[in-house]
Amino acid sequence: MFGFSRPQGVSFLIMLAAVIISPAFFYPILLMKVLCFALFACAYNLLIGYVGLGSFGHAAFFGMGGYIAAYSAKKWGLDPALAIIAGGLVGAVLGAVFGWLAIGRQGIYFAMITLALSQMVFFFCTQASFTGGEDGIQQVPRGKLFGMISLQDDMAMYTVVAVIFLVTFLLIHRIVHSPFGQVLKAIRENEPRATSLGYRTDDYKMLVFILSAGIAGIAGGTKSIVFGIATLTDVANAQSGEVILMTLVGGMGTIFGPVLGALILNFIESYLAQLGAWFAVTQGVIFVLCIMFFRRGILGELAARLKVAL
Amino acid sequence: MSLSRRSLLGTTAAAATAFGAARSGRAQAANTIKIGVLNDQSGPYRDTGGVTSVACTKLAVAEFAAKGFNVEVVAADHQNKPDVGAEIARQWYDRDGVDMIIDVPTSSVALAVAGVAKEKNKLHINVGAATSDLTGKSCAPSLIHWCYDTYMLAKSTGGATVKAGGDSWFFVTADYAFGQQLQKDTTAFVTAAGGKVMGSVAYPFPGTTDFSSFLLQAQASGAKVLGLCNAGGDTVNSIKQAHEFGVKMKLAAMLMFITDVNALGLDVAQGLTLTESFYWDLNDRTRAFTERAKKVTPNNWPNMVHAGCYSGTLHFLKAVADMGIEAAKKGTGTAIAERMKAMPTDDDAFGKGSIRADGRGLFKSYLFQVKTPAESKGKWDYYKVMGETSATEAWRPLADGGCYYLKS
Repeated sequence: MFGFSRPQGVSFLIMLAAVIISPAFFYPILLMKVLCFALFACAYNLLIGYVGLGSFGHAAFFGMGGYIAAYSAKKWGLDPALAIIAGGLVGAVLGAVFGWLAIGRQGIYFAMITLALSQMVFFFCTQASFTGGEDGIQQVPRGKLFGMISLQDDMAMYTVVAVIFLVTFLLIHRIVHSPFGQVLKAIRENEPRATSLGYRTDDYKMLVFILSAGIAGIAGGTKSIVFGIATLTDVANAQSGEVILMTLVGGMGTIFGPVLGALILNFIESYLAQLGAWFAVTQGVIFVLCIMFFRRGILGELAARLKVAL
Repeated sequence: MSLSRRSLLGTTAAAATAFGAARSGRAQAANTIKIGVLNDQSGPYRDTGGVTSVACTKLAVAEFAAKGFNVEVVAADHQNKPDVGAEIARQWYDRDGVDMIIDVPTSSVALAVAGVAKEKNKLHINVGAATSDLTGKSCAPSLIHWCYDTYMLAKSTGGATVKAGGDSWFFVTADYAFGQQLQKDTTAFVTAAGGKVMGSVAYPFPGTTDFSSFLLQAQASGAKVLGLCNAGGDTVNSIKQAHEFGVKMKLAAMLMFITDVNALGLDVAQGLTLTESFYWDLNDRTRAFTERAKKVTPNNWPNMVHAGCYSGTLHFLKAVADMGIEAAKKGTGTAIAERMKAMPTDDDAFGKGSIRADGRGLFKSYLFQVKTPAESKGKWDYYKVMGETSATEAWRPLADGGCYYLKS
């Protein structure tokens, strides 16, 4: 019904099953973090994997979405669902601004403009009073969903996060496999030809940039509601790098790759945290190995071997 | 069909590898008390806390002859990031069965961890962080703040500096919860004593290593006293650079530890006044404690945070033994905190003390002056005692804190 091919359908069912049963085996907070980052990576993948636009500034949308959701939930007592949506909207608006400035540029110039703008957002966040600077926005209440269901319980929260993730994941899948998505892929493969066929490629790129930024904002908002805190970490440059890494490790341009990438990197981070600084080294080694042996990412490589699209 | 079966196999294999790396850590021995030391092990506060805090916590555990239960110590680096700290705390309390988290320097992280401790009703003994909000507007029934805070530092060092003629101040402040609170508390004492504040500048934390522009700004203000509202490596760097630039102002390091003096060397640090609640050479008991501590941390002698980790852990274990292990494991963090408050503290590092209803640990505070190289007789012989404030005088009065659970 969502235009899944058979292998994709099977993969989706496996993912669905994993989402449902994994809380029985793993720490739900860690799983929620994985899902938030998976969403973030999927949003990023929508841009780099399907249109070929490499943004270096996605943390700005993720982090700002987090701040807005945290602020509106804490200061205005907004319903958590509305707070997350507010985060997504602000991410989209910010994406529109970024896109307006960057879309006309290609390749490295595009990347540099997004990087510069996200650094501006970062320094804005260190100074603006509503973000709490270094302290961040702390002790954000999870609140009650639709005013009724308390999210204090981790399993209730997990269910909400899982639903947000699955719905947005299907949305992304739908976008990618729609006629609109076909045009995006045409732009990725050969932009002048897409232009010559009569498509206003800049408009398409702009729209998908806003979508990607909005979904990143939703991911950030969800994360800050789950953890009850929004800080500079999420808006910092390193977070943009992290999401690139997740997407590349999992498989750029595959629909499930970013989810797998987020899963792998978050589990590594969680279980190697005792190593302290060595964690970053491990992450670097993984990245290098990935570049050397799985240039298309884990799922990308697998899909190529099996000659299917995942 | 064969295609989809292969893809199925492939995806399951990928999923299995990722899942196989994980393990469930829920099993928890019923008679093991688990202590988590959470602090900065790689950044600017690694010497003031860091591995020496872990060593002193373990020392307390070793000295506390096991009374029918085992004690396990785990440690982690919070990288001075509130989100990292809160996440580790959550995981420790929820998943790893940690009963008490100790140390947690960096006030921004401390406030986040205190929030988690309050939400989960688990015990947190804060030693490393300074903000007086931990027993004020961010207090929690399961939170205890051990041996120093911004109020006590401001009262002792700030008050003494104004009395010695330093009546106009300029602050260089680390721009987060701790620096801001310390500046606020110090300003209150300076103005109350008739001094005035000529200005202040806040620098980004963490990550600032070049203080020159802030120091020149301070010198240009014409104030007599340069108040440093920072800590650890930042304090060391700013004092060093003030020395190199030949800044003529009197330096007031509002928070400084003996470990910082050691890093600076007496040539640069001599003459500074500072406040700590512990010094190794105070009396026979502190010397005895330091002799034992030196065996586990020979190159970094304990400062008040390290001594506080020892003292706090010891008192916690005494309270657990007093309650009985079963009651302690079953009980809430608040229950253990209440037992700790009900018992007077007594150990070699701080002598006799107590914990107030709002979680404030009450100990004497000492005003020290750093010795000149000529006065120093040996390794770590750095301080002259200039004065002491009794445990009843040193801290913010109970009524002024505004701790919510006392009002009922």
